Amino acid sequence: MLAYLTRRLTSLILSLIAASAVIFLVVEVAPGDPASYMLGINAQPETVAALRDELGLDQPKIQRYLSWVGGMLTGDFGLSYTYRTPVAEMIATRLWISLPLALYALTLAILLAFPAGLIAAATRGRAPDFGVMAFSQLGVAIPNFWFAMLLVLGFAITWRIFPSGGFPGWDNPLQAIRALTLPAVALALPQAAILARVLRSSLIDTLGEDYIRTARAKGLTRRQTLWRHGVRNALIPVLTIIGLQFSFLIAGGIIIEQVFYLPGLGRLIFQSISQRDLIVVESAVMLLVFAVILVNFLTDLAYALTDPRLRKG
Amino acid sequence: MILRLTLAAALLGGTAALAQQTDLTLAIQLEPPHLDPTSAAAGAIDSVLYSNVFEGLTSFTETGAIVPGLAREWEISEDGLIYTFHLAQGVTFHDGTTFDAEDVKFSLDRARAEDSTNAQKALYTGITDVTVIDPTTVQLTLDAPNGNLLFNLAWGDAVIVAPESIEGIKQTPIGTGPFKFDEWRQGDSITLVQNADYWGEAPFLTKATFKFISDPTAAFAAMMAQDVDAFSGFPAPENLPQFEGDPRFAVIKGSSEGETILAMNNKQPPFDNPMVREALSHAIDRQAIIDGAMFGLGTPIGTHFAPHNPDYVDLTGLSVYDPDRARMLLVDAGYAEGFTTTLKLPPPSYARRGGEIIASQLRNVGIETEITNLEWAQWLEEVFRGKDFGLTIVSHTEPFDIGIYARPDYYFQYDNPEFQALMKLLNATTDPAARSDMLAEAQTIIAQDYVNGYLFQLAFPTVADARLEGLWPNQPTQANDLTKVRWTQ
Repeated sequence: MLAYLTRRLTSLILSLIAASAVIFLVVEVAPGDPASYMLGINAQPETVAALRDELGLDQPKIQRYLSWVGGMLTGDFGLSYTYRTPVAEMIATRLWISLPLALYALTLAILLAFPAGLIAAATRGRAPDFGVMAFSQLGVAIPNFWFAMLLVLGFAITWRIFPSGGFPGWDNPLQAIRALTLPAVALALPQAAILARVLRSSLIDTLGEDYIRTARAKGLTRRQTLWRHGVRNALIPVLTIIGLQFSFLIAGGIIIEQVFYLPGLGRLIFQSISQRDLIVVESAVMLLVFAVILVNFLTDLAYALTDPRLRKG
Repeated sequence: MILRLTLAAALLGGTAALAQQTDLTLAIQLEPPHLDPTSAAAGAIDSVLYSNVFEGLTSFTETGAIVPGLAREWEISEDGLIYTFHLAQGVTFHDGTTFDAEDVKFSLDRARAEDSTNAQKALYTGITDVTVIDPTTVQLTLDAPNGNLLFNLAWGDAVIVAPESIEGIKQTPIGTGPFKFDEWRQGDSITLVQNADYWGEAPFLTKATFKFISDPTAAFAAMMAQDVDAFSGFPAPENLPQFEGDPRFAVIKGSSEGETILAMNNKQPPFDNPMVREALSHAIDRQAIIDGAMFGLGTPIGTHFAPHNPDYVDLTGLSVYDPDRARMLLVDAGYAEGFTTTLKLPPPSYARRGGEIIASQLRNVGIETEITNLEWAQWLEEVFRGKDFGLTIVSHTEPFDIGIYARPDYYFQYDNPEFQALMKLLNATTDPAARSDMLAEAQTIIAQDYVNGYLFQLAFPTVADARLEGLWPNQPTQANDLTKVRWTQ
């Protein structure tokens, strides 16, 4: 087990180093200079040079890379070029919106998808199944930003139940949740549709297994079989999908963040790219990569715990 | 009975007056990168802070006129080299420190210093010395007379800051204005509150929140749902008729300082040939671009000057839409078969939408364009710094910026010694009548040289709650001066 753990850990560290190098290179190679961006089209070249000097942009690339990586190891992500505030702080405040939004959306998606998937699987080939399948098809096909606009039109402009966008902060949790509701619904719909379809097909597969027939044979009702043996076994692929969806939702909500002008992580990255706030882009992307690699690592560990063969292999 | 009714009415009236709204939520499109107007070009900084939090020696009014700011009056020496400013008294910064002549010296010295990161440093380098005479008197010495000095000092880049608070200015701006900085929710909003110790006339509003909404659709939704009270620089001109037809809203169609031009690379063939540039100017139908790209908002211009400026000369006649003439000029210039060039477009819709229309208009006279869409950072790198372009579309939003045509290394690379000499002379002239004549001449020179295709003055639409008054209709500088804004009922 220890050898396995060491191997996985080494691979994790190597992946992180490789990722940091790739991110740094890609971001630095992009044309554009943060100093000229900030000073605009009336500035004298010498002023731009003075700002470049102040921001430390004239240091050799390798030195900047090393100081960036070194800083991250000690938890210091550096100062944003444009905002001049600590990058770690900026990312943290944005995560406080993106993370709850992702969780909110995922919860909604699960609440929608589970009953739908169960009903569809239980009534396979009959009207309710067709209904669920048709709706989920629609849910996958509708672009979420367009759906978001429809929600705004209905719930914010016509009925005025929810705000059209913006985020009032967590000081007032009720208002905050209200502000996140429409974006969460917009994000949840396509995810729910995917989830419902996966759950349905996974359940149908499971229901064809021998142990289901055994369960029915020993006298369980259809409903009991579905709950006790079907759902539990069908859950594994569904959980995998949920895991994938969650990491997608954290960074992938960018268009929804734009439509609802929410100050989330996706918009921070987008804005930083256009302002060439390189250090913020690098650090935020690095953080996302780290999260994904970490999740993979934990999954590997979980596999190893459940399947002893992997530990030796 | 009558008495009682009157009393009740008075009471009712009293309550209504008490309920008078004194806070404002104003949306703008772009968020400031930081909050120091003296070290970045970002207009968004001034959009929030100018005249609200920070004040300069002089300041712009909504018409673009220059009025006294922290300097209440001034004298100019005979030779135009020494300006003596008498400062307002009893002024304190928002952190409680006193404002005096030392702060003026500090601010101006900082702007013109060797290592200054002031985006408009060039405007202040002509100041050779700033001397404190006494706490309320300060003297500026220039290396040459400068007819623009009072104008230059009104820019947001020359506001007065204090040495005590300069360290944290990018996050916590400390000025002398009628509003104090309260809170910045990054990515969402900035809140200002009334400064109870303001030295001048107190504003009507007690609190103002600037919200940042960049997406045009979101802007429409926020305004329609009345989540914001006003949107200054409304980004969706196609939706304006909807607001105009709604009694809840007022639409103000103001003008900005943005001369939108089809810039040509004057050093790169074939645009080094004046005949080709003239041909292009005749190939462009300005009104079609204004209608097609800006939904009818914008004033045609024939030179690089704002039409609302009293010194503006209408020179659109020099470049009327005449495709036949354009084709003939191309033949005379040796391009009977036409040619192919690049058209590089920055993100704003005036450029992206306008670019498509211009491309088809140019195709009509035989000029093919390869359109490239660029982000701002790329545009600055490739077009502005690298001068690697044939044509580009951009709006020059700085006020009174005809002087860029005297900079031969500026991105469109216009190099005319006659014009450069005229600008020098203009800077050294303080007599208004003489300046007026020179400005007319300058406008004519660049129009006759067809340096760029002059398209239109960028409009500045504002959508506001119909009960609001006192918002600036125009943008003589990028600002939302809230000192006169109030709710009428």
